[in-house]
Amino acid sequence: MVPALVLEDITVIFVSRDGARYTAIKGTTLQVAPGEFVSVVGPTGCGKSTLLNVAVGLLQPSAGRIRVFGEALAGLNRKAGYLFQTEALMPWRTALDNVTAGLEFRGVERGAAARQASAWLQRVGLGGFGARYPHQLSGGMRKRVALAQTLILDPEIILMDEPFSALDIQTRQLMENELLELWSVNRKSVVFITHDLEEAISLSDRVVVLSAGPEAHPIGEFDIDLPRPRDVAEIRLTPRFIELHTLIWRAMKNEVLKSYARQQKQ
Amino acid sequence: MPGSRSNRALRFWQAALFVAFLAFWHVATSPTLLPPFYFDNPHKAAFFFGEPLKVLARTWDWFSSGTIYPHLWVTLVETVLAFVIGTVLGLGMGLWLALSPVASALLDPYIKALNSMPRVILAPIFAVWFGLDIASKVALGVTLVFFIVFFNVYQGVREVSYTVLANARILGASERQLLRHVYVPSAMSWVFASLHNSVGLAFVGAVVGEYLGSSRGVGYLILQAEGTFDINSVFAGILVLTAFALLLDWVVSLAERRLLVWQPRGGETEKM
Repeated sequence: MVPALVLEDITVIFVSRDGARYTAIKGTTLQVAPGEFVSVVGPTGCGKSTLLNVAVGLLQPSAGRIRVFGEALAGLNRKAGYLFQTEALMPWRTALDNVTAGLEFRGVERGAAARQASAWLQRVGLGGFGARYPHQLSGGMRKRVALAQTLILDPEIILMDEPFSALDIQTRQLMENELLELWSVNRKSVVFITHDLEEAISLSDRVVVLSAGPEAHPIGEFDIDLPRPRDVAEIRLTPRFIELHTLIWRAMKNEVLKSYARQQKQ
Repeated sequence: MPGSRSNRALRFWQAALFVAFLAFWHVATSPTLLPPFYFDNPHKAAFFFGEPLKVLARTWDWFSSGTIYPHLWVTLVETVLAFVIGTVLGLGMGLWLALSPVASALLDPYIKALNSMPRVILAPIFAVWFGLDIASKVALGVTLVFFIVFFNVYQGVREVSYTVLANARILGASERQLLRHVYVPSAMSWVFASLHNSVGLAFVGAVVGEYLGSSRGVGYLILQAEGTFDINSVFAGILVLTAFALLLDWVVSLAERRLLVWQPRGGETEKM
C-alpha cells in the first residue's frame, strides 16, 4: 500500500537575520499509512511544529523529500487539513461562516455549504452556536469550530499541532474522545503533535519520540496495541497502558532532561 | 442598571458647568451689568467676545428662518464626499502598498513627505485647480482623510495574524480570496477604529476650505460675519459647527456598533 505521507530525510535549518544558523530538525524520516493515527512526542522546543509545517507545505525543508500518496509535494499540501495550536479562526466570521470558509473557497454554492456546515457544527456539539462570533465562544468551543472547519473538507491527512494544549484537562479529555469518535467514522491518516505522552498513547496507533532540539530526530517508535474503541480517561488505568507509558517514558526522559538543562542555561 | 444614579449626577454637573459658563460669559460681556473694569468703553467687551443671548438668538434666527439649511447641507455634502473618496483611496493604496513590498519601498519617502506636509496650505492651490465650488473643499478633506485611512490599512494588513492567514491558505483560499476574506476584513477593523478621526478631519477640511474662499457653507457664513465685525454671528457659526460635529460623531458611533459586532468589547454580559 502507498503510504499517505512520507517525510524522507528531512533537515530544516533556520537562518536568522544576523546570519546565525539553527538546525531545528536533522535527517528525520516519518511514514504514515492511510488510516493510521500517529503521534509525535518530544520535549518542548524540539521542532515538532516545524516538522508539521514541512508536511503541510508552509515551510520548505533545507533538505529531504516529502511524498503525499506517492507524489512529490510541491507548494501547499492539498490533501491535508491542519489544526493549529493557536487561534486560527477568522474573528470577523461567525462560527458557521468559519466552517463554510473552505467550501466557499472551493466555489461550493452558499446554501449547500451552509447546510453542510450546520450539520458539522451539530456533529461537534455546537448546533445552536452557528451565529456566534469566535470571541463569544469558550476556548473549547473554538477548538470544536476549528475541528469542524478542517474536517468538513474531508482531508485524507489530518495534521494536528498540539490542538488541545490550551484547554483545561476535562475539556481536553472530552475533545480527545470526540476526536477519536469522528476519526473512527472514516479513518483518515492523522499526525498528532503533542508533548503530553499520555495523550499520545491514548489516541494513537503509533507513537514516535523525537529527541531534544537542536538537530531533533526520531529516537524511538512504539506501536500502541491497545484495543479500540477507546475511552481516553479509562484507558489510562489499564495495565497495558501503564506498561507502554513506562517503556516510552524511559526513552523520552533523557531528552526531556536535556531540553530542560538547555533552557536553564539560557 | 447600576451606576445610573451617579451617572445622572454627572450629567447634572456637566449641564451646570455649561450654564455657569454661559452665565459668566453673559455677566462679563453685558454692557450694563458690571462697570467696565478692563476696557474703557462698556461696549468693548461685547464687541470682542459677543453676548451669549444674542448668539443664541442669532442661531435661533438661522434655524427658524431656514437660512442656515442650504449652508449646512453644502458643508455636509463636502464632508461626506471627502470622507468617502478619502477612505476608498486610502483603502486601495494601503492594500496595494502593504501587499507589494517593492512599491512600498519605492514610495515610502514620498508618503512620509506628503503626510508631514501641512496640507491646509494646499487649500488655495485646490481653489485654483478646482474652483471655488465644493470640489476644492472635497479635495482638501480627501488629503486629510486619505492618510489616516492609508496608514491604518497599511498597519492592519501588516498585522494580520500569521495563523489566520496560514489557516485560510490551507483551507484552499487563492490569493484573491485571501485579499477579500482575510486582508480586507482585517484592515477594515483598523479603518473603523479610526472612523472618528477621519470623519472629524473630513469636516475640518470642508470648513477650512469654505473659510478660505467660497460662496456657500457654514465656513462661508463665519467668514462673512467676520468681514462685518459681527462677532455674535461668528460665535453662532462656531456653535452650529460644534453641534454638527457632535452629531456626526454620534452617527459614526452608531455605525461602528453595527459594523464591528465581531469584535470583543470589555465586560460584555447578557441581561437576564
